[in-house]
Amino acid sequence: MAKWMSVAQVKEKIEESSAEEVTARYLEVIGKSKINGYLTVSDKALEQAKKIDKEGHSGPLAGVPIAIKDNISVVGLPNSCGSKILEGYVPPFNAHVIEKLLAAGAVVLGKTNMDEFAMGSSTETSHFGPTSNPWDLERVPGGSSGGSAAVVAAGEAPFALGSDTGGSVRCPAAFCGVVGLKPTYGAVSRYGVVAYANSLEQVGPLANNVEDIAVLMDVIAGYDRRDSTSINNKTECQKSLVDDVKGLKIGVPKEFFGEGIHPDVEKAVWDAIHKYESLGATWKEVSMPNIKYSLASYYIIAMCEASSNLARFDGTRYGFRENAENWHAMVSKTRADGFGTEVKRRILLGTYALSAGYHDKYYLKALKVRTLVKQDFDKALSAVDLLMAPTMPNPAFKIGEKIEDPLTLYLSDVNTCPINLAGVPSISVPCGFTDGLPIGLQIMGKPFDEPTVLRAAYTFEQNTDHHTKRPPEVA
Amino acid sequence: MAYENPDGIRIGLEIHVQLNKLKTKMFCGCSTDYHNAAPNTHTCPICLGLPGTLPVLNKKAVEAAIKVGLALEGEIAEETQFHRKNYFYPDLPKGFQVTQFDFPIVGKGKVVIEGEDGEHVVGITRAHMEEDPGKLVHIGSIEKSKGVLIDYNRSGMSLIETVTEPDMRSPKEARRFLDKFRNILEYLDVFDGNLEGAMRVDANVSVYWGTRVEIKNISSHKGVERALLYEIMRQKNVIRRGGKILLETRHFDEGRGVTISMRTKEEAEDYRYFREPDLMPMRVTSWIPAIKETLPELPDAKRARFMEQYGITDMHAKSLTSKIMLADFYEGVCATGMDPKTAATWTADVFLGELNYRDLAISSYDGMTIGFIHAKDPEIENSFKVPDMIELVTLFAEGKVSDRTAVEVIRAILDGTEEKTPSQIIEEKGLFKAEDDLVTRAVAETIAENAAAVQDYLGGAEKSLNFLVGQVMKKTKGTADAKTARELIVKELKG
Repeated sequence: MAKWMSVAQVKEKIEESSAEEVTARYLEVIGKSKINGYLTVSDKALEQAKKIDKEGHSGPLAGVPIAIKDNISVVGLPNSCGSKILEGYVPPFNAHVIEKLLAAGAVVLGKTNMDEFAMGSSTETSHFGPTSNPWDLERVPGGSSGGSAAVVAAGEAPFALGSDTGGSVRCPAAFCGVVGLKPTYGAVSRYGVVAYANSLEQVGPLANNVEDIAVLMDVIAGYDRRDSTSINNKTECQKSLVDDVKGLKIGVPKEFFGEGIHPDVEKAVWDAIHKYESLGATWKEVSMPNIKYSLASYYIIAMCEASSNLARFDGTRYGFRENAENWHAMVSKTRADGFGTEVKRRILLGTYALSAGYHDKYYLKALKVRTLVKQDFDKALSAVDLLMAPTMPNPAFKIGEKIEDPLTLYLSDVNTCPINLAGVPSISVPCGFTDGLPIGLQIMGKPFDEPTVLRAAYTFEQNTDHHTKRPPEVA
Repeated sequence: MAYENPDGIRIGLEIHVQLNKLKTKMFCGCSTDYHNAAPNTHTCPICLGLPGTLPVLNKKAVEAAIKVGLALEGEIAEETQFHRKNYFYPDLPKGFQVTQFDFPIVGKGKVVIEGEDGEHVVGITRAHMEEDPGKLVHIGSIEKSKGVLIDYNRSGMSLIETVTEPDMRSPKEARRFLDKFRNILEYLDVFDGNLEGAMRVDANVSVYWGTRVEIKNISSHKGVERALLYEIMRQKNVIRRGGKILLETRHFDEGRGVTISMRTKEEAEDYRYFREPDLMPMRVTSWIPAIKETLPELPDAKRARFMEQYGITDMHAKSLTSKIMLADFYEGVCATGMDPKTAATWTADVFLGELNYRDLAISSYDGMTIGFIHAKDPEIENSFKVPDMIELVTLFAEGKVSDRTAVEVIRAILDGTEEKTPSQIIEEKGLFKAEDDLVTRAVAETIAENAAAVQDYLGGAEKSLNFLVGQVMKKTKGTADAKTARELIVKELKG
């Protein structure tokens, strides 16, 4: 059995042999993993596959295994969010996307590593240690969905679910040389996904090719009444997979090619844009003057929301608890010991920014900037169909290289976080390499125009071979 | 004459009312019928705040809030939204409470009460929606408790918090406002005030137009009046001794009837309000016309109609409309063609008086039977039927029983454990009105036996007549009609 298979190939294999055999094969690969991508491997995966073999299943993903980020609730599997504070917590309910996957016949292989509560861009803030980048085990896989991207890149799952608050699907997709989509805000239900910053995040698929992204989107997207921000506007993604970009208008926002960008990244992205031109698309430079304020706005909003979202982890009802002489002392000790440094930093900063006297200066101003950024996107996307830019300004960095310097680490979200402020869809596809490390091209579209984003990504893939390269270290 | 408010008292109230008549909680599908259930049996991942859960707003709660707003003559907001109020407390499963902040659903309104000097308008500042936290149960007393148990059955119940202007000028007015407010809510059928924790009040009070003090979390109307009386006395004494009133929050100790300082303004908490990102802002203006259609006749309108339609006094109309179920019961009695004035006397004066005497609160009316439970012990309950009232009033009107007997029958039904009709009770007790000759004989005997009293009466002492009537009643074991006895005595003595 090939180590890297598309969903179509997996389904063929299941036809030839069985779901059990396919799942067993993935579990075997996981067993030999060198990357620390999974936090939990499900002990029910084989059983689930056997059941599908025995009873049959007509769903589009019957017997197809999938990896799930550890902040998406699956009944019976721990949901640690990469944190000590959720030690022992097992959700009694499935996230909406998990219900959809199970109904489609998918087999959950396990839960993947992540930055603690999705706060990070390297998977290094996980309480359970970092995940390695399959292309260079000494490097980070990106984050926060680093585990999901890495296991897909390493052939430990055909595809995976991550979540993207400020780039958490696209960053690791770019670093690990896989495809990752951040859907339009409201396209996929957040029910059952542990909130970091509610107004910014979406569940997103990660896979080895664009087609699998579309397959997964068609399963997980759609209205859910349990998420009041869910919008009833489902688009059909697989139908949009046409190898044709003739007449497509591409905007290249110069603000995404700012200071500090790696020359190889810049070149690979321009090569990709020229490739589109050769395939019949046109491009022009566009200006989005408020993009430079995105990072500050993003971090303030995310931290403010996080400071409130994470208040529930007080040791009272579930998860980790320190003993103390009274309730307040217990909560203090539990939170002091249960959260990692980065999480505490963001809770403190968010609490500060929401406090009386600072609320207007920081939070309110950040919201105003957010509106300006959104207007930049609206304006740019009224003149062109898509925007293209580097996903990450640099390739994957070394484990430990930036973790002591949070500001530098925050800067790596500079090209991904504006998209979350605007709520538009954005995909990262492999577009080249530098020193053996993958580079990601970011394609951004209009709200709910995933079809055009996916068509462009698909066409690029059909006419290039970057996505077929595999990391030699885990081969 | 206008009330002068000599001590410059201003009282404002913040009233939390649980929309306990809704079937489900504010943001999840959990049943609200938890009052007799075991702890933590009416919970789900959402109202327990498990990570990953999201709120879905109960449309009926919004409709109820609009109803309340309209009944308080409040402005319904064009756009309304929810905020998070952030603080840590064990009964708060998410570490924040979903509430409303600068876009409440109801804006300025008013309620007219019976004030110190007649009709008095109390302004409503705003009313907003929020979720109830869980409930802490201390093992033993709060001071000595070794542990605290948490019951999340209440968590996520819909609340409406109504804030008034500081328009009340005495504890009595505050109490009147609360009575009226509760009455309105019960008319709207969004709230059952008899359930535990259904209404909680914070009161702001200042004297000599000075600094206000807030008294938190008082659970009864009587408690509010008592807390305010104490607090006003305390503030006046502080000022008399040359002290200053601090802007602070105090707690009312129901047992001791005193207020105790909790925290001063400097220590006030910063709740870091921000818009709840999991709920969208709402525009509800288009709902208003349909909700208006469902508004029932409110207490003031009903009171005016009762006076008009039944020709009863303002006192009776007010008393009968003080509870929607009592008003319905009264109309049930009148519907049979019964004289409305007699029915009003018996329902408002006698029947209601007997209920109040027994601390029984009206809790249900189904068109036939009115039910009540004991205000302090819900285990004690009883009921009274419309036909029983009709039968009793008819017997009285026809002169077959005395008024004293009729009262006794009402008491027997309220205190009884078996279901009996008034006739059965009268029969059993042998209380049917005495034959006229029996009364005539008793009058003759009484006059013969009480020469001194007769002389006093003839000498102009009216009181002595009452004594003589009493003697006749005694002789007839109360079956005589007092009025008839009096007439017979007068006729006998004065011709």
